[in-house]
Amino acid sequence: MATAVLTGERENYLNKEYGIRSWLLTTDHKRIALLYLISVTFFFFVGGFLAMLIRLELLTPAGDLMLADTYNKVFTMHGMVMVFFFLIPVVPAVLGNFLVPMMVGAKDLAFPRINLLSWYLYVIGGALMSHCMLTGGVDTGWTFYTPFSTAFTNTKIVEAGLAVFVAGFSSIFTGLNFIVTIHRMRAPGLTWARLPLFIWAQYATSLIMILGTPVVAVTILLVAAERVFHLGIFNPALGGDPLLFQHLFWFYSHPAVYIMILPSMGVVSEIIACFSRKRIFGYEFVAMSSIGIAVLGFLVWAHHMFVAGISLYSALVFSALTYLVGVPSAVKVFNWTATLYKGSISYSTPMIYALGFLGLFTMGGLTGLFLACLGIDVHVTDTYFVVAHFHYIMVGGVLMGYLGGIHFWWPKITGRMYPEGWGRISAALVFAGFNLTFFPQFILGYVGMPRRYWQYPPEFQVLNVLSTAGASVLAVGYVLPMIYLLWSLRYGKIAGENPWGAAGLEWKTASPPPTFNFDETPEVTWEAYNYEEIPAPAEVTFER
Amino acid sequence: MSDSPAGVVHGTAEHHGPELRHHFATVEQQRDSAALGMWLFLATEIMFFGGLFCAYLIYRLWYFNEFAVGSRSLNLLMGAANTVVLICSSLTVAMGVRAAQLGKRKLLVVLLLLTLVFGLVFLGVKGVEWHEKWEKHHIPGASFNASDLARENPQQPIDQNHEQIYFSLYFVMTGVHALHMVIGIWLFAVLTWYAWKGRYTPEYHTPIELGGLYWHFVDVVWIYLFPLLYLIDRRH
Amino acid sequence: MDALYIFLVLVSAFMCGLIFLTVTVFAIRYRRNRQPHAEPLHGSTLLEVAWSVAPLGVFLVMFVWGAVIYFQERTPPQGATEVYVVAKQWMWKLQHQEGPREINQLHVPAGRDIKLIMTSQDVIHSFYVPAFRLKQDVLPGRYTTMWFHATKPGTYHLFCAEYCGTMHSGMGGDIIVMEPTQYQAWVQTGGAFGSLAANGEAIFQQLGCPTCHRADTQGRGPYLAGVFGSPVQLEDGRVVTADENYIRESILAPNAKIVSGFKPIMPVFQGLVSEEDLNALVAYIKSLNQPPSGPAMSTLAPGVQAEK
Repeated sequence: MATAVLTGERENYLNKEYGIRSWLLTTDHKRIALLYLISVTFFFFVGGFLAMLIRLELLTPAGDLMLADTYNKVFTMHGMVMVFFFLIPVVPAVLGNFLVPMMVGAKDLAFPRINLLSWYLYVIGGALMSHCMLTGGVDTGWTFYTPFSTAFTNTKIVEAGLAVFVAGFSSIFTGLNFIVTIHRMRAPGLTWARLPLFIWAQYATSLIMILGTPVVAVTILLVAAERVFHLGIFNPALGGDPLLFQHLFWFYSHPAVYIMILPSMGVVSEIIACFSRKRIFGYEFVAMSSIGIAVLGFLVWAHHMFVAGISLYSALVFSALTYLVGVPSAVKVFNWTATLYKGSISYSTPMIYALGFLGLFTMGGLTGLFLACLGIDVHVTDTYFVVAHFHYIMVGGVLMGYLGGIHFWWPKITGRMYPEGWGRISAALVFAGFNLTFFPQFILGYVGMPRRYWQYPPEFQVLNVLSTAGASVLAVGYVLPMIYLLWSLRYGKIAGENPWGAAGLEWKTASPPPTFNFDETPEVTWEAYNYEEIPAPAEVTFER
Repeated sequence: MSDSPAGVVHGTAEHHGPELRHHFATVEQQRDSAALGMWLFLATEIMFFGGLFCAYLIYRLWYFNEFAVGSRSLNLLMGAANTVVLICSSLTVAMGVRAAQLGKRKLLVVLLLLTLVFGLVFLGVKGVEWHEKWEKHHIPGASFNASDLARENPQQPIDQNHEQIYFSLYFVMTGVHALHMVIGIWLFAVLTWYAWKGRYTPEYHTPIELGGLYWHFVDVVWIYLFPLLYLIDRRH
Repeated sequence: MDALYIFLVLVSAFMCGLIFLTVTVFAIRYRRNRQPHAEPLHGSTLLEVAWSVAPLGVFLVMFVWGAVIYFQERTPPQGATEVYVVAKQWMWKLQHQEGPREINQLHVPAGRDIKLIMTSQDVIHSFYVPAFRLKQDVLPGRYTTMWFHATKPGTYHLFCAEYCGTMHSGMGGDIIVMEPTQYQAWVQTGGAFGSLAANGEAIFQQLGCPTCHRADTQGRGPYLAGVFGSPVQLEDGRVVTADENYIRESILAPNAKIVSGFKPIMPVFQGLVSEEDLNALVAYIKSLNQPPSGPAMSTLAPGVQAEK
């Protein structure tokens, strides 16, 4: 990756050393973040391609594009790749790796070599998953419920399980690194109450990563053992209990969705503060709500099992707790909205993504209330209602937050500005395409279309066609940034240290930063988001 | 272990302590970070074993007879011996950390080697136990057969499938534990090598401390596994 | 449930609208041209508490309303007509108590409580009738139940809603609700296979069960009349209720629970009876609760409570 063109002569982390070895053996958290950026983007497009196949098949009620078995593999791999190889790592491993040390004023993460190991584990897991896909794939759904996955399917469960197991350790090591860094390596004067909300969000996320991931790891181990040795731990025909699998699986997989959303929430806090030129309203409450979500998120897993055969009383408890975990998220939305009040707002691409996040996350979160409600969940669980709900959060939430963050920190990472006009067009396309794709699915679910269906009754066709049309718009919205971001690496305007006039230690060093981030360790004497003291840039110009 | 941010402004001219990595400001910060990292890692291990203990708990409540019968069929002497062996190994580890703190290189090496020996003895005894299971057809899978246990325990009737679940959990739990022992042994072999080379001093012996933490953890897991697997309903 | 759903839609639309409107108004009113400098506001604990507690209040309403509906859905009324359902990859097999068997279709009379007792022969399926707003997973190795009371005659979709393999999306069918008189006519012509309980009695005889489970209480196995639904004392001291799952387990894995005072000598019937046979046997044992003569016998000492 020759980067001499990016800046003039000043040495930075990109031009300090050249050659493939200097990248593959780097311990610089910023280079590792870029390695992740490339691999995560690759898997995003793999998952996206699989999504396209799904939407094409669903254009017509009959199963006429591919065989039922093939379709079952396509949606399974779409889920597994997107969840484990895109959504869970993306913001922590790309933005988190790059920014966490800089935001706390450190030279690197606490354990740089473990950081590199993390990336290699991700790549190995990804390679295993890719091999699995190319040699037949898996058809259990990404949730691989037993006994179907252990005693009935003859697809490559063990290989896929191994891929996820390995990628899980990547996640654990990243989380561990962040926690130690945030605890032990903050610059002098940077107390917890002065930390950016992105750091609070990453901290909460890391707690979930290290405590939840091992449980799914051991679950995968048990499933693999059951498959290989024909055990009966989860197989009723051999005395086991399929619900035990579901409990163990969801004990991780529910907190996992908070691993996905919390970092993006952190990004949104940073963006809204910068483009309103003021501190996030209710900073302490937003910070605490991240921790609250992490803790409460571990207590609600069985809301995925309301019709699975759990007892009535369990269902009542989990429904109540699920409503409780909705409160901190609502608090964040209200605080972000309040931040806009008497702010001074400008509409850069990151801000458009952040505002889009606000709208779509609100909708997705509200539909979570439907699912938390026992009486309603009985009707809409396992239907497209759930599919729409989680895509609103994961695509409308996580992905928009991520894209906003990529655009916001692009000048810091690359030293270049992206073309603003194209940025705004893409953001608008993503927002419009997204709603067209997924809103019809709420209706589809309510009128009864179950999920994971290769074929469906003809009365569901119109909504499916709308959804597929939306997906094609969405696809354009994702491809465009690939093009213009790459273009900007060579032709984008050179960015200064702080083109947005943003608060945060990362903006007090060059763009791109030197390898050790700061020429001198900063000493922090100010509160977070001290926008009263930072002048807004007179005019953020994007032309070359 | 203070949580405050590093208090020293780092200049390139400052004298580095032994092995100070460049991104840390002081040796204390480096040591504290490493220790916190290891404790967090052990927390993940607790969650990992926790999933297994959870499955064990549920099946023991449901299939108590099978668990009792299966537990009584385990070799109590070997299990107890292994427990003693591991406790002794934790003692040698703790003494090893002390030796490192006092700068006694030869003593450290001896203690680390003893730890390795204890670890290998543990694995050896485990291997013998598993071999016994193999001969009695108590290894879950196609050739599992616990009708001998049914005959020997007429007062506690058992279902073959449920008995297989007991043994499945037994093998997964002791197997995962043994895997952690193997990793620990490899880790201590490396530590022994470096100790012999004189790498560890009273100022810097963090790897010994952290390795010790890991070893103690693996020991503690066994201290839970032993009564849960070997000591169910042994009154008879 | 639709009323609850509409309530949630309205609340959501309101909140969405509120947020969207507020954001839009702020975004326009406080845009950079009109508001070159932001006014720093630090927060308001009062506001934070208010907008934490207010949603909690609304959530409480949603929770309670939903819980009440769920409780009703999971508590089948007494005297409901039972239909046994066996799911397998990839079809539904249904058995009426009166005898008729159906595949992928269920004819029921309007105005009657119907209780489905369901199990799977292989993997987890889910019995989903969108028109009734009802769904229940169907598990291998145990029974789960679902009940409904259809009011409007018509044909309604039945879907499998838990992914179960290749033809998961092809495992559909119809619930056909008929006027009661039409339903009676259908039952007559629908093929008299004999009632489920009568089938069960035949299987009971065939498998040699009366050898031990004798009607004169001298048998090596417990007398079964009146057992269903009653508390049963086990030899390890526990007391359980003899529901469908207990009967099923007693046939497939008899050593799991031994009745107090009896020896563990019942043969294991796992692999020797199909799911349909099990359903018939369960129906037969239930029918023994109304013996033509003689009191129902419980194996439990008077005054002992069953554990739930």
